[in-house]
Parts: sequence; C-alpha cells; structure tokens
Amino acid sequence: MPTVEDLVKGLLAGNRRALSRLLTLIENDTPVGRRALAALYSRSGSAHTIGLTGSAGSGKSTLSGALARELRRRGKTLGIVAIDPTSPFSQGAILGDRIRMQDLTSDPEVFLRSMATRGNLGGLAPSTAGVVTALDAFGKDVVLVETVGAGQDEVEVAAMADTTVVVVTPGTGDDVQAMKAGIMEIADILVVNKSDLPNADLLARQLASIVDASPHERRTPILKTAGALNEGIDALADAIDEHRAYISQAGVREAHRLEQARHQVLALARQRLIDRLLAQHATDGRLDALVERVAARVLDPHSAADELIS
Amino acid sequence: MTDEKIRVLIAKPGLDGHDRGAKVVARALRDAGMEVIYTGIRQTPEMIAEAALQEDVDVIGLSILSGAHMELFPRVVKALRDREIAPDEVLLFAGGIIPDADIEPLKKTGFQAIFGPGTSTEDIIKFVREWAATRPARAT
Repeated sequence: MPTVEDLVKGLLAGNRRALSRLLTLIENDTPVGRRALAALYSRSGSAHTIGLTGSAGSGKSTLSGALARELRRRGKTLGIVAIDPTSPFSQGAILGDRIRMQDLTSDPEVFLRSMATRGNLGGLAPSTAGVVTALDAFGKDVVLVETVGAGQDEVEVAAMADTTVVVVTPGTGDDVQAMKAGIMEIADILVVNKSDLPNADLLARQLASIVDASPHERRTPILKTAGALNEGIDALADAIDEHRAYISQAGVREAHRLEQARHQVLALARQRLIDRLLAQHATDGRLDALVERVAARVLDPHSAADELIS
Repeated sequence: MTDEKIRVLIAKPGLDGHDRGAKVVARALRDAGMEVIYTGIRQTPEMIAEAALQEDVDVIGLSILSGAHMELFPRVVKALRDREIAPDEVLLFAGGIIPDADIEPLKKTGFQAIFGPGTSTEDIIKFVREWAATRPARAT
C-alpha cells in the first residue's frame, strides 16, 4: 500500500491514478487526506477556478460540457468537478453528470470528478475546495466546478471560484425574482441559457436593467447561450477570459483571495466545532434529551441550542 | 465526515440500449447508501475504464443484454489494467443475459460475480457490502 507521500509525489509527477486516489482521501476528509492537502496547498493557486451554478434543470451540465469543449479548443487543460445531491434518507447518491460529458472522457487532458453533497448545504460538497486544490496542484489550467441544482440561497460557490457564472432560464419567474438577494448577486457573469425558448430576450433585458442599477464598479455581463445547440459558448469563454483579466489587476485578485481564504477557514472551523459538539453529545444522550423537549414544546429551540453548547 | 463511502460505477458496454436493469441496480445501491456513478448506455471499454480511474470507484457493475459480453468484458479488464487498476483492487461484477457456460470463463478474467435475471437487489447489495468491508485502505 502506498503512503500518502508517495501519492502526492505521483500527483505532482502527473500520475492520474495518484490524483484520483488522493481526491477520494480528501473527499472523505481522512487524516491522510488532510496530510495530502497540507502538502499540496502551496503548489496550488495557479489554476483559474470557474464556478457554474443555477437551478436544477437550467442546463448546467450541458452548458458545462459545451464550455469545457470550447476551453479545450483554446488549448486549456481542464479539471471538472460535478456535484449532485446526496439523498437525505439513504445518504446514497446517483451521480449522473458524466452522461452529458461522454466525449470529454476520452480526452487525456480532461479530468472529471463527480461528488455528492453528503449533507452539505450551499450547493457544494463539503470537500469541494480540497478537491479543487488537488486538481490545481496537478497542473490543470482551469478547474470548472458545477454546483448541485441551486435555489436562491446556494452562494457558497462564489467564495471558492475566481469567476462565478450564474445560469438562468426563461419562464422561471418575473423580474422581482431577479431582484431578490442571494444567487443573483454572486454572478460575475449572468447567462440566460436555453435562449431558443420564448422570452429569453425579455429575461435578458430585465436582467440588464437590474445590473445597470447595481452599484458595483464592474458591470456584470449578460450573455445568451443555448448549451444543447452549442450557441453563445464562444462569447461565454471570452467573457470568462475578460473577467480573469479584470481580477488579475493589482488589488482585485489579492482582495478576492483574502476573502476566499477567510471564508474557507471559517467554514472549516465551524464544521469542526459542530463535529466536536455532536461527537460529544450524540453519545451522552444530551442532544436527544433536548430534542425531545423541543418537540414536546416544553423548551424553545434557542434555549435548547444554548444549553447544548453551554 | 470520515465515513468511507462505497463508490460504484454502473455502466453498459456495447450497443444495446436497454438500461432498465442497470437503472434498477443503480437505484437500489443508492438506496443502500452508496454513491453510484451512472454513465448510461453505449460505453466503450475505454470509456468505462477511464470513468473508473477518474472517479476512483470501489466497485464496477456492468450490464449487458446484447450477447457481446465475451468480447467486451475482457476488453474492460484490459483497459483497467492499462490504467494500472488491477482486477483485485476493484470489485467487478456483471448482470444481464449471460449463459451459464460463460460464467466460469468470466470469473477467470476477474469478474467476481455474475447476476442473472431474477437476482434480488438485496443479494447484490449484500455482496457489495461484504466485499467493501474487506477492502484495503488507499494509503497510509
């Protein structure tokens, strides 16, 4: 059996099997996985990370596939992380994103990894950032992360990606939906996908009026694509390049990376605290006792939470 | 979360388009708490091995109804070996229409079980779990 250091050496030498095994260890958040991540972290940071998010059925996988093909045409090597939901009942998952990216499988410069959310909210899997770090250290030019079908509030991807692309489709709500806080606000690029459907132009205009009213210095571009017809993909790749140039300016990238690092450290610390608490009280029965009192309305949830962490 | 999830690849090599059985098995393994990568129909042996490599699966289940298993299955094993995945590192099983006479030769190539029509999904789950309980760690 190899040591984790052997695998790290293999990854850095370009061995895909070593990369893949390390991704599993990182995803499972094992002690050796953490050791690998610690060794790889300083070797990462050169890949451009693209986050692609949007609601279920908005065409993210198809669009990701089309975008990946375009980036390959432009000579970029690619890591793709595709996330699908874990069942809250069985903790199992069906990961089906490879189906729409079949042809990319035979390209040796593309490495596609599917991940399940494993109970994480926010649109990503708990170890997505670590998996991205490993693909980055492996030497991929671009790492494309496709979130689980996201609603309005799954904004975690923006804290991890250099460029966040939000995908919307016509016929999914009026312009007040678009004005709501959350997912619309994290977009560096807004994409109206399935632009062959009626009302795509209307939606693009509504989005434009909202973007114009935004106080940000950089205007969020709005693009129309039809992933399944391979339309508008060129322009999307161009817009991603432009955003990359924008954040490469002195000051912008540093601020962005600081923000990302802060978010990552806090998210991990939060998770550690929760794990520690649960490990403690799942066994001593204190959590169960509190939950029962809350369910019986003897105790309110806030007081119960206070008691749990006291 | 440090639990070791069982990751399974379910794939259909060759040209038959009937994926009902493969989907039933994929769904059953999901409901048993496993993470199932489903690649769909019309997979070449190379695509299957490549998916197994990139997804680092513990288990590969192939479904075939076309009768081409004696041709395609050994090619899957070879494509795995080409990627440094030895047959004893993954649990390889198959299902579909496979005559009894072919079962022994397939087992010699590295398939650990062949599940014919009428197999209960419970048996498949049990088989996978028992194998997973003995699998070695990926690294120390």
